[in-house]
Parts: sequence; C-alpha cells; structure tokens
Amino acid sequence: MTAATGWSINDRRLAWALAAPTVILIILLMIVPIVVMAAYTFFTFVTAGVEEATFTLANWQEFLADSYYHGFLFKTVRVGLVTAIICALVGYFPAYYIWATDFRHKWLLLLLLIVPFWISFTIRTFSWIHILGEQGLINATLLQLGLITEPLRLLYTEAAVIMGLVHFLLPYMILNVYVSLEGIDRSLILAARSMGCTSAQAFREVTLPLSLPGLAAGLLLCFVLAAGSYVTPQLLGGPRDALFGNLIYDTIMGQLNWPLGATLSIVLFLLLGFVAVAYSRYMGLSQIMKGMGA
Amino acid sequence: MDSPAVEFQDVDVDYGTFSAVKAFSLSIGKGRFVTLLGPSGCGKTTVLRAIAGLVTISAGSITIGGKRVDQVPIYKRNIGLVFQNYALFPHKSVFDNVAFGLKYRNVPKPEIARRVGRALEMVRLPGSQKKLPHQLSGGQQQRIALARAIVFEPEVLLMDEPLSALDANMREEMRGEIKKIQKETGITAIFVTHDQEEALAMSDQIVVMNAGRIEQIGTPSQVYEQPDTSFVANFIGKANIVAGTVASIAQDMAAISIAGDRTVGVAAPDGLKPGDAVKLVMRPQRLRITAETDAGAPNSFPGRVVSAAYLGGNAAYEIDVGGPSVLRAVNPIAGRLWPEGADISVVFDPQGCVLLDPVSGRKLSQGAAAGTVPSP
Repeated sequence: MTAATGWSINDRRLAWALAAPTVILIILLMIVPIVVMAAYTFFTFVTAGVEEATFTLANWQEFLADSYYHGFLFKTVRVGLVTAIICALVGYFPAYYIWATDFRHKWLLLLLLIVPFWISFTIRTFSWIHILGEQGLINATLLQLGLITEPLRLLYTEAAVIMGLVHFLLPYMILNVYVSLEGIDRSLILAARSMGCTSAQAFREVTLPLSLPGLAAGLLLCFVLAAGSYVTPQLLGGPRDALFGNLIYDTIMGQLNWPLGATLSIVLFLLLGFVAVAYSRYMGLSQIMKGMGA
Repeated sequence: MDSPAVEFQDVDVDYGTFSAVKAFSLSIGKGRFVTLLGPSGCGKTTVLRAIAGLVTISAGSITIGGKRVDQVPIYKRNIGLVFQNYALFPHKSVFDNVAFGLKYRNVPKPEIARRVGRALEMVRLPGSQKKLPHQLSGGQQQRIALARAIVFEPEVLLMDEPLSALDANMREEMRGEIKKIQKETGITAIFVTHDQEEALAMSDQIVVMNAGRIEQIGTPSQVYEQPDTSFVANFIGKANIVAGTVASIAQDMAAISIAGDRTVGVAAPDGLKPGDAVKLVMRPQRLRITAETDAGAPNSFPGRVVSAAYLGGNAAYEIDVGGPSVLRAVNPIAGRLWPEGADISVVFDPQGCVLLDPVSGRKLSQGAAAGTVPSP
C-alpha cells in the first residue's frame, strides 16, 4: 500500500528534495552574494562609506585605467604561480614515497599530512614570525654562530609570504598527487619493467604521466587558494607584499569604497574562475584518459 | 642438443616464514606450451613471477636460454608478460603500447613500424594502431597485450591467467588464438591458470601444482587419464575415487574388490599383495553403461541408476553398485537415456583405471613421471 502512494527511488521529486538543501544554500550563500556584489560594481561612490544606487561605469573605468591595480593583479598571479609550482616540486616526492613505501602503517603517514589542519591556520601562520622574525629562530641562531652581525630581513618579505603559503598548501598538493598515484594499476609498471625499462624509465613512461592529473589538480588548488589568500600576506608580508585580497580588504574596510571594492572582488573572482574553467576543460580530457586504466 | 628454454632447479620461494614454492624443478623445451595449473594459492603465479624476476627466489636456480637469471633484473631478462587485466598503458596508443618493448631495445624506427604492423596483423587487429586502449573491447585489449608481449621476440612468453577477465565466449575464442600464435611464432610459452579445461585444451605439457609443490607433470592426456595423485585426479575433471582391496593377483593383473564380489581387473603394480588397501581412480568417461543382461562379462558388474542428467550429447549418471559411494559415469547418448532406477550393467576399461596408495594418495605404478618436458 505504501508502494502506491510513496515515492519510488527513481522519483524526480525525491532527487529534488534531496538536493534542495544544497541548492538553497548555494543560491543563498554563493549566487545571491555574487550577484549583489556584481550589482555593486555599477553603484556610484559618493564619499567614504556612502554610495548611491545610480548606474555608473566609473569603478570599472578606474580599475581598467589605473596600472596600480594591474600591478597588484600581476603580482598576485605571480605569487600564486610560484607557490603552486613550489608545492608541486616539493610535494610530489612525499606523495610518491607514501604511495611506494612498503611501510605497513601507511595510514599513519596520511594522518600526518592531515595533522596540521588540526591547528588553526592563523596560528600556524603566526608561528613563522617566531622562525623568521628579527629575534626569530633563524636570526638568533645565525647571530649566535657569528655568521651574521645584524639580523637578516626574513619576515615581511614576499619570500616569507610564499613560505607561509607553501606551508599552508603543501598537504593539498601531496594528497592530490597521492590519490592519482594510488589510482595507477601497478601491473602497468611491471609491464613496462618487463619490456626493458629501468625503474627510472618506467617512472617517466608510466607513473609520471598517469599521475599528472593529480599534479594538475594540486596546481589548480594551490594556485587558486594562494592567489585568493588574504591572511598570509597580511601577517607575513610587508606593505609592498600585499596581494589582491589585501587590496580588496583595504578598499572596502580602509577606504570604505564599497563599489570599487566590489569591482576588485569580481575581477579576482573572474580571474580565478577562468583558471578553474580552463583547467576543467583541459583536465576533463586527462581524467578520461586516467579512467581508462581502470 | 638444445639447452632448455627455461629450467628450474630446486627452486624455493619463501615469503617470510611462509613457503610459497618448495623444491620446484622443471625443464621446458624450446617452443613448448607449458601450463602451470592449480587452485589459487598453489604457487603457480609465484613460479611465473620468479621467472619474470618479480619475486626473489630463496633457493635453487632458474635459467632462461641456458643463462642463470637469479641476479638478472627484470628489465634485462627478455621475457614477454601478459597480465590478467591486460595492463595496457592507458595513455598510449595501441601502436605505442606494442612498440614499447622495441623502443627499449633500440630498434630503429622504420623497423619498429614494420614489426608492430606485423604483430597487429598476427592478432588480427591491424587497423587499431592509433586507437587508445579504452576504445577496444576486453578481448581486443588482451590481443594487443599479446602482440605487445611477443613483438620483441622474447625468450619466453609468460601469461598469468590471461583469459579469466574475459566472458565465456571470448575466452574460448582467445584460447584458440593464443595457441595458434604461439605455434606460428614458435615462442616458448608458460601459461598460468586455475581452469583445467583451458589447460587441457591448450598445453603441450601441464604442471599440476598444489600447496607450492608439483603434483604431476605430463601431457594433457597423461594428467587426465593417468593421474599421479588423488589431488590430480580430483582437480582435473571429476574422477571416481573408490576405496578397494586387492582380492587376488594373477599374471600381473590384480582383481580389486570395490564392493563385495564386485571386482575390477587392473594391471598390478610391483609389490602389490592380496589384501592390500588401494584407491581406484576411474574417469566417468571410462565407465560404460550397458543393459543388465550383459552383467557377468569381464570387468563388469551390475548396478542401478540413481540419477540421470541429460547433457545434450552426453548423459551423466550416478550409479549405485552396492559400495559406500555412488559412481559417476558420463556416456554418449546412443539411442537411449537410462532412466533413474534402471538396473544396468557397468563395464570398466582396465586401461582407464589408476591405483593409488590410500595413505599417500600417490600412484602405485612402475613408470614414474619424469620431471622433464622434452622438445618436440
């Protein structure tokens, strides 16, 4: 009798009902704010904290005309790229090791990757001050050893910002690469070896190309998170090391120029969105190629 | 005389304290098709992996083409490997997959193209060079894997259950295809399977393994008709294994009583005495069922059909002959199917019976199986 009135598992209404909470959340918390933000870019700025709902292109003109903003954009992209590439270069090896090891407690190694997430990201970023600062670990040690006579400027530099970002993002890279390595059928490597490859050649022919989708996913994630970062440059960078996120913060919270702040936000959103779409276009193909191995 | 293509001498493989393969000795002649057959965990795959260099042997020696390979790394062993799951490189085209082994043997490019083309023709997929593996069916992928393994003319082709991922029809087709290609190329092939039908259909020689040891080495008909051990008799085909006692011996023929006065005459092995307990192995195909009136003829006695199963060309019967267990017989259906409950007469073929020691389960006979698979 329930069968006559109840919903079947294939019922479209059931699908909508199950998806509804997520759909509503995404609409309310993502789409609506972005639309509001996009609308704000056409508002007229009157004075600090005051804007008028009259249509203007002045905010966009200001962004497009002023190279000050472009410089920030380029720097943000550069820092994001450098961070992502360092993460890839440094992160591939631990991922490979965790995948390849005979160690019986692999889960422990994976757990160690996640442990940093148990500590607040802000606190982890702050901890660099004690390492890189004027009286920090490095300077104190070098002074003590007499290798330098005055403290090096390590903190509040772009290098410190990149260091902090790499520290924050490396686990994402390692996990992404690990997952794609884990998806490789190991008999492929044996096949390559049996046909005359040394283990280094088998790595180049099989393991590396088949792990590229994970590496690319890690690069995307690290780039987007680094380019969108705000806390790390704020804490570890000097005034010249501010990234686009800091610029937006300053425009909105410092100058109280909401329309321009909204414009800058939408610019960053479009930039990172474009990168993500370009990635999924390209990696869509690679993912299919990877799926074939199964 | 040619040295054997592959030779094992007293090979042990231990994993920690577990002994996967024990005292494995086998000599395989050039161009032979040898199957390692046994249940899972019997060590057959370990033997294959030992030839390939994927596992380290703990004792003994392995030679390929007369050269010891114990210390030779896998990539220098010149072996072709075919895996159960094909293991084609998913990111490389069919051409690049097949060309792989040639590339690492520094074969010049035009020669590579020629040989890849020829190998693909051999597996009947000549137009597939540019395709990616996922665009091919399972059977086609396995053919590409076969082409890839033979294209560089390895000393030995190793196949690890290559057919078990295929569906039943494709499996039978590939059986014939692999065998044909192996003959054409004259390559020495070692084939691992747990499927006795595959082993019987394809092999020149079958090595039956159990618990890390060789149970029997022989041609398909030898292991089927003349099993050395009760394990072989049970694993290959369904055999009747009946307990009996030696009633009398006369002129090298022993009369074995399997139930009361029901006796079977079998060639007597050396040292058999009246009163000895034995196990009698009889293939169901070697038991012929005839009309009741034939009872009393040599090597026959009466029985009753307990069950009859129609199998198309054949019928499978279970027959009660008064002993503790029923006998299975498979006969061609010539005119009639004996119904359940029919009183019939069972005729034995004395040539088709094997006597086993009831304790050790090993064959009681004069002719011991040699551990050698000779060249043709």
